[in-house]
Amino acid sequence: MKDIKIQVNDLSLYYGEKKALKEISMQVPANKVTALIGPSGCGKSTFLRCINRMNDLIPSVSITGQMLVEGVDIYDKNVDVVNIRKKIGMVFQKSNPFPKSIYENIAYGPRINGLKDKAQLDEIVETSLRQAAIWDELKDRLDDSALGLSGGQQQRLCIARTLAVSPDIILMDEPASALDPISTSKIEELVHELKEQYTIIIVTHNMQQAARTSDHTAFFYMGELIEMGKTNDIFTKPAKKQTEDYITGRFG
Amino acid sequence: MDKVISEFENPFFGSKRRGEEIKGKLVIGLTQLAVFLIIAILFIILGIIVYQGREKFSWEFISSFPTDGMTKGGIFPALIGTFILVVVMSIAAVPFGTITAIYLTEYASENSKFAAAVRFSIRTLAVVPSIIFGLFGLGFFIQFLGGGIDNVFNGGQLRWGQPNIIWASLTMALLTLPVIIVSVEEALKTIPRELREASLALGATKWQTIRKVVFPGSISGIMTGTILAVSRGAGEVAPILFTGAAYYLATLPKSLSDQFMNLGYHVYIMSTQSSDVEKTMPIQFATTLVLLILTLSLNLVAVLIRSRIRRKSK
Repeated sequence: MKDIKIQVNDLSLYYGEKKALKEISMQVPANKVTALIGPSGCGKSTFLRCINRMNDLIPSVSITGQMLVEGVDIYDKNVDVVNIRKKIGMVFQKSNPFPKSIYENIAYGPRINGLKDKAQLDEIVETSLRQAAIWDELKDRLDDSALGLSGGQQQRLCIARTLAVSPDIILMDEPASALDPISTSKIEELVHELKEQYTIIIVTHNMQQAARTSDHTAFFYMGELIEMGKTNDIFTKPAKKQTEDYITGRFG
Repeated sequence: MDKVISEFENPFFGSKRRGEEIKGKLVIGLTQLAVFLIIAILFIILGIIVYQGREKFSWEFISSFPTDGMTKGGIFPALIGTFILVVVMSIAAVPFGTITAIYLTEYASENSKFAAAVRFSIRTLAVVPSIIFGLFGLGFFIQFLGGGIDNVFNGGQLRWGQPNIIWASLTMALLTLPVIIVSVEEALKTIPRELREASLALGATKWQTIRKVVFPGSISGIMTGTILAVSRGAGEVAPILFTGAAYYLATLPKSLSDQFMNLGYHVYIMSTQSSDVEKTMPIQFATTLVLLILTLSLNLVAVLIRSRIRRKSK
């Protein structure tokens, strides 16, 4: 019986009066890569942002239903959203390093949590950059500005920055869509290595990427979860016609 | 067979185009003339000031006190007075303005009536004539606050209820507050939303995000606002007319409750109330020159600081 990391029960999201997510129910397995696919505007990114409560930042948003992470409803009133975000990290579509040095970018998270000891910070910086497969490239220029890196390097830096706070779950919102093919494949390799330690949910509009990198796939359309299953099954024998139409390129 | 189009039919030729060309050249010419005039006027003014003031302008002038009923001597106390005024004004206005800007940008919600009221007040404050600030300073700071303090703490003895550095600086701070708030707000707005999101997504609180990401990004705006405020504060005279500027002081001010001399005010009294206006002309011009140089160097220093900060964050 596989481990369920996240259990979603009838989650709906409203932008004011407009219903953007319609009673989403799904299970996200632990230590696997789950891909969310679907045409533009289908709600996959909105759903992703529900998992670490980033939609809280939008004043007109209201949410009903349950999002249980390891059994705890993260939308419960007693839950501290700051702690959730330490446990559930996010990598954004466009890399967003702070205008600080590479070292300071990675050390940002641990410092926020109160860590001051330089030796410990050094260690975390090195570990995170190694995990993101970018230590060798950057180890001699940790004090350089992060803004001087290439797009692909910046994105891997952002991944390392997320890893530095030791999350359990990593959310990735189209992490490679702004990158060239070589950087993209580096990111995909990284996702593959990281899933041993982390649960990864990745939104992608690139179906080949979903097929390559993920173990499970969920297909969204117009705010609804149409179908979810093992990636192999979804791509070779989808149960719903809509899924099949999307995968074969009939729309989207 | 292509028909040869005569000069009269082809739109590429003809007097109509020539007319347009002439109009175009005229407009360019007028623009160039306007630019030339502006630069010329600037240089004429600067030239007159430098020419008339050069005789008096010297190290001795800057470093000595006025003598002989202010017809001779230097402007040292006015220089120091202006400097103190600007410093105390900045200490009062910059933190207050920065916090206000941070509140408006980071904390106030879209529909907040309070924020709307604050913004309206700032806009109104920005267009109030400076003499009104002077009157406000007299009525509120000196008579109400200062008088009140004297009644409560000094048993009615007059110490704070009269013109001095602190009241003049606070009055000037009110004058320059809108400019600081607007500059800081502008800088805060240039910080992209993605950076705040990145910080929050790492598990930072809003306050941590402001302290570590937003505030450092606003420093250039704070510098710009401070430059503009200081430039204004060094030159404005109306707000300090009744709130602290003095005609003549034999010694430098020793505490915030003392009065002070001021460069701008000095030029004013030299040109209207001195015993011999003709004789003091060179002093007036030299004082103006000193004020100009002071303002310019302050601007330069702040611009340098700002560009150094920009380079560091690249």
